[in-house]
Amino acid sequence: MAVIVPRSLPDALRALADAPEAMVLAGGTDLMVEINGGHLRLHDVIAVNRVAELCSWRHDPSLRSLYIGAGVTYDEISQSPLAGWVPALAQAARTVGSPQIRHAATIGGNLGTCSPAGDGLPPLAALDAVVHLASATGERTLPFAEYMVGPKRTARLTGELIVGVTVPVLHGWQGYSKVGVRNAMVIATASAALVTDAAAGSVRIALGSVGPTILRCAEAEAFAATAIDVEAGSVSDAAVAEFAAIVRAAARPIDDHRSSAAYRRHAVGVLAARLLRRAFPNG
Amino acid sequence: MADAADEFYVLHVNGAAREVRDAWVGESLLFVLRERLGLMGSKGACEQGECGSCSVLVDGVLVCSCLVLSAASTGQEITTIEGVAPVGAPNDVQQAFVDAGAVQCGFCTPGLIMATHALLERTTSPTELEIREELSGNICRCTGYGRIIDAVQRVAVSRRDGVSS
Repeated sequence: MAVIVPRSLPDALRALADAPEAMVLAGGTDLMVEINGGHLRLHDVIAVNRVAELCSWRHDPSLRSLYIGAGVTYDEISQSPLAGWVPALAQAARTVGSPQIRHAATIGGNLGTCSPAGDGLPPLAALDAVVHLASATGERTLPFAEYMVGPKRTARLTGELIVGVTVPVLHGWQGYSKVGVRNAMVIATASAALVTDAAAGSVRIALGSVGPTILRCAEAEAFAATAIDVEAGSVSDAAVAEFAAIVRAAARPIDDHRSSAAYRRHAVGVLAARLLRRAFPNG
Repeated sequence: MADAADEFYVLHVNGAAREVRDAWVGESLLFVLRERLGLMGSKGACEQGECGSCSVLVDGVLVCSCLVLSAASTGQEITTIEGVAPVGAPNDVQQAFVDAGAVQCGFCTPGLIMATHALLERTTSPTELEIREELSGNICRCTGYGRIIDAVQRVAVSRRDGVSS
């Protein structure tokens, strides 16, 4: 039993190859809660929060894309310059926990835990993010929709490390909304991310905490494409209501200790309507 | 490969190298600070990052020490409430909390002092909304926060006026 603190990606991948069952510790804001509560049998730990390659990002203006290393914190994502390129993700980042949590918590950790309530995940789903995985023997990428396969279940294989995520830098309004019992330090009861692709004349919406995975709502997106006027920034009240109704119908919420399925279904429609109206403020 | 923590490791706390011996690998920084190094200023309550009473700085960044794996913190500069000022000589933030009546039972105070230092590093003229957002990770069940916000504003004003250090 040991704690290993690699400082480079090759060192991290070698450590994981040597101990494929080791716990990978990023910001610690999920895993340490489990450890403190005595819910985990702890074996080797590989703490990746000081791996330099994981803590960096790259903006490529020619490809209009942004690569965010798995170790980039929510604090950094919530601020300029990242916030200017992926506003929905930045807004989601600002709703995560508290300043203390955001200073430690990482986008890679959020992908590793992969809770349907993870605040970073609906924006990644709406952006059609690509997840980068690496092991000692190679690298591969997966679309987010194939990466998340269930509640806290992912397609990551033993011995693989989440190294980063690539998202497009789009023209058009985007945002994230979330319902919880208070403003800070709250896990989403229901959440939604809406991203406008002005060039394509479309919007994309992804829902959190209302299904086993993050849900993209293809029917609502197809409807919105016919109802919005990107140039005029407008959408009718009737279309906003219809959009919300389609989103509600697409949700697959459950009753649990945090809320009821009925409330979640109602709330996610409210969030969808609110986001579409913010994206297209004119009636 | 860097630091493997087996029988002992060294933490840098408040400017001093401190040996941690015979620790269990899963111990949080909060546990080690209090139970192994005798630094009782950081408080333990929720142990899940919700209350902020264990707030410390790691390499200058405000975090909950209950969510930091101690054995993975080797080589980083850790600052606890004991490190912000000598005993008996409160710094401006500590004095402002006393003057404003922002201390009642006192349990949350060390964490709030650490968070206030971090907040005033980020912005020298915080609005009330900014103070509330920046201190949202620190729960106080006594004051209702009004006097805490007052204390933060007093420090901001006095630093701007150059009255205090």
